[in-house]
Amino acid sequence: MIEGPVVIIGTGQAGFQTAASLRIEGFEGDIFMFGDEPGLPYQRPPLSKAFFKDGSADRLLFRNQDFFEKNSINIKDNCSVKSIDRQKKQVLLDDGDTISYEHLVLATGTRNRALPIAGSDLKNVLALRTLYDANHIRKTAKAGQRVIMIGGGFIGLELASVLREFGCEVTVIEAEKRPMARAVSEQISTYFVDAHTKSGIKIHCNSMVSKVLGEAEAEGVKLSDGTEIGADLVFICAGVVPNSEIASEAGLETSNGILVDDLLLTNDPFISAIGDCASFVHKSSGTLVRLESVQNAADQAKCIAKRLTGTPKTYEAVPWFWSDQGGKKLQIAGLTGSADKLICHSDDENGKISVFAFENGQFVGVEAVNMAKNYVISRKILETGKPVMLSDFEASDFDLMEILKKIS
Amino acid sequence: MVKITLVEPGGKQIIVDAKEGGSLMQAAVAAGVTGIVAECGGSMMCATCHVYVNEDDLEKLPKKSEGEDEMLDSTASIRKENSRLSCQIKIGPELEGLKVYLPESQY
Ligand SMILES: Cc1cc2nc3c(=O)[nH]c(=O)nc-3n(C[C@H](O)[C@H](O)[C@H](O)COP(=O)(O)OP(=O)(O)OC[C@H]3O[C@@H](n4cnc5c(N)ncnc54)[C@H](O)[C@@H]3O)c2cc1C
Ligand code: FES
Repeated sequence: MIEGPVVIIGTGQAGFQTAASLRIEGFEGDIFMFGDEPGLPYQRPPLSKAFFKDGSADRLLFRNQDFFEKNSINIKDNCSVKSIDRQKKQVLLDDGDTISYEHLVLATGTRNRALPIAGSDLKNVLALRTLYDANHIRKTAKAGQRVIMIGGGFIGLELASVLREFGCEVTVIEAEKRPMARAVSEQISTYFVDAHTKSGIKIHCNSMVSKVLGEAEAEGVKLSDGTEIGADLVFICAGVVPNSEIASEAGLETSNGILVDDLLLTNDPFISAIGDCASFVHKSSGTLVRLESVQNAADQAKCIAKRLTGTPKTYEAVPWFWSDQGGKKLQIAGLTGSADKLICHSDDENGKISVFAFENGQFVGVEAVNMAKNYVISRKILETGKPVMLSDFEASDFDLMEILKKIS
Repeated sequence: MVKITLVEPGGKQIIVDAKEGGSLMQAAVAAGVTGIVAECGGSMMCATCHVYVNEDDLEKLPKKSEGEDEMLDSTASIRKENSRLSCQIKIGPELEGLKVYLPESQY
């Protein structure tokens, strides 16, 4: 076990969980956390879901002030770490202070990608990443407004359905041929396009926005084919970039994020990186990934807390993810992006669908809507780490419980 | 505020004041109850907010949804008849005095 101090840059999901798990694992040294947002660590997922309606910021907090005091976790908000001195093993804060570490954890997350198009800096062009953004959206959006979402990823579509429910006229502009193209199978995209279209959301695919129209305030967008669409509010939901500059400036390796090994260490043995900002080789698929999910942030934090307290283990957790859109819950277990065969089971009448993904005949993941059982049991199957083949699914007629019993 | 009792596996009782309109999970987390992990923040994804509801109090609770029922198959501690996900239990005045038992482990 190290003695400390452990310094954590970033007070999001990954940073919070690191501090909490270090104490759970019995770490007694100093813990210092620095975050450039105001307030205590909070959860982001509700920002594009329940928060819009409910507006209760208290409910977003992971833990209250008491928890940090009781666990002697020193947390400084509104504080940005400017640089890392790897020789001296120190970080430099924006107020000029330096803090020494025995181990440094980079949990700096991501920020929204800025779009290099004219007009994207106009008033009424919004984006969502932080609690501040979400409060701003709540204050700005009015029922009946015409809203354009640039980008049909998870956050764009979740926000679209929340705003639609609120009474806005919503149009989603997506550059790819279908929304959520990089994250889910075609069947799931189609399912959600149908559901959103039914609720009155307009979705334009294969469309690029070339310009946000308006003088001081955004009045609409112009597409690259010349079409103009009017709007009262424009949202940029075009993905994120990892906050890895502080790492690369300190000479740490990066590649679409801060590069870490299977113990989540950077190329400096005294510095780890976790959560949205870290890229690593995913164990079972062998591909370099950077995952943006609660599961990944929390599980990686637990993994390094164990390592720092003397029980190192390689990171192998099965990814899981969810998205809530218009009363429908998408649940994903495993990584389905590399699949070469997809098998779809659906119950159209009840709005249920599951897509089982296979690569070279081996089960790699599932995407399920309103079919929690398929998500839960699939996750358990993947967590056994045992290879399960398409033929096993066919032999049992897709009875997942039977498959799970057989291998555990 | 609604008073709810959580009983740890060792028998220790924790009484929390739960806000109406919030969930039991949120009340427990706010009160620093470590036996509720709630990794997914109440999104019915993790089943680390599992509780056993006192048998006599079961009828105070509305029926669980299909999704909750299916998620309960993935709890770390054994699922029983009175198992519930505390993130799906909404606090209202009818729950005054509710008692739930915390499982041995959440993951
Ligand atoms: C609107 C929204 C909805 C989401 N919905 C889901 C969902 O349904 N399911 C799911 O699994 N995931 C969801 N996610 C993703 C999930 O929230 C992230 O994966 C998770 O927050 C990652 O945690 P993190 O700690 O790595 O990064 P973050 O939570 O981004 O935290 C990083 C923190 O570090 C700070 N920081 C960066 N650099 C510095 C510096 N130099 N000094 C000090 N502070 C710094 C940042 O400002 C930030 O506060 C959602 C995200 C958003 C924005
Ligand atoms: S908090 Fe995750 S299922 Fe209840």
